[in-house]
Amino acid sequence: MERQLFLELPNDLRCIEDTVEFVVSRCSICEVVDRKLRLNFQVSLIEALSNAMIYGNCSDPLKKVRVEVFLHEGLVTAQVTDEGSGFDPGCIPDPTTGRSVRKVSGRGLFLMKTLMDEVHYNDRGNSVKLVLHLSSPEGIRREASA
Amino acid sequence: MAFNVTRAGGVTVVDVDGQLIVGNRQELKQKVLDELEKGERKFLVDFTKTGYIDSSGLGVLVSLSKKIREQGGELRLSSLNEDLRTLFELTKLDTLFRIAGSRAEGLADF
Repeated sequence: MERQLFLELPNDLRCIEDTVEFVVSRCSICEVVDRKLRLNFQVSLIEALSNAMIYGNCSDPLKKVRVEVFLHEGLVTAQVTDEGSGFDPGCIPDPTTGRSVRKVSGRGLFLMKTLMDEVHYNDRGNSVKLVLHLSSPEGIRREASA
Repeated sequence: MAFNVTRAGGVTVVDVDGQLIVGNRQELKQKVLDELEKGERKFLVDFTKTGYIDSSGLGVLVSLSKKIREQGGELRLSSLNEDLRTLFELTKLDTLFRIAGSRAEGLADF
């Protein structure tokens, strides 16, 4: 089975829920992988979209976010690209250590990295690629230290 | 999605019906803060009807917990499904909140 989706979203946080549910519904292929789509992929895609809209596009309503999703041979890939100037993903501290646990923000990138098999940013830092292997059941739950 | 506020035995119970994510977190925050302003101090957020939570939703719970504690109150959680519990464990927020298995347990625990 192979599927591709290309979406261009307005920079509006209210679009995220419907967009993610639409994408997940199009990627759902069997019950075995539903949990990985529902938890790992769904939550990570929300994080990528909200980061793109809030931080990447600086909440500018005139900007857009592009989403490209590929489902092929048990591998789902989502690329989320904003129109911002990018950021350095290496400068985000671990939110699960020390007093960081009590912080209100800073968990989005951690969740993406923890829940997905691979997370890649482009050099500019305005495009993130999320990769999830649907065929590996052990990937459903990852330890925070992974 | 909706946040329904009710009272049970001196506890303000907030049911999260649907998702708690970046698009609606402010609505939950405002509803709880309104109740705090009215003098309520014991809060239970129940997730029986909740699908999923993102980092913004987790963040708003942390924020509310701080604000309620500053006023001498407490925020507790109940009825997390397996996915939600996983998110709390991954982020170590299960160490920050008192989480009851059910709404009844959460109410009895106050």
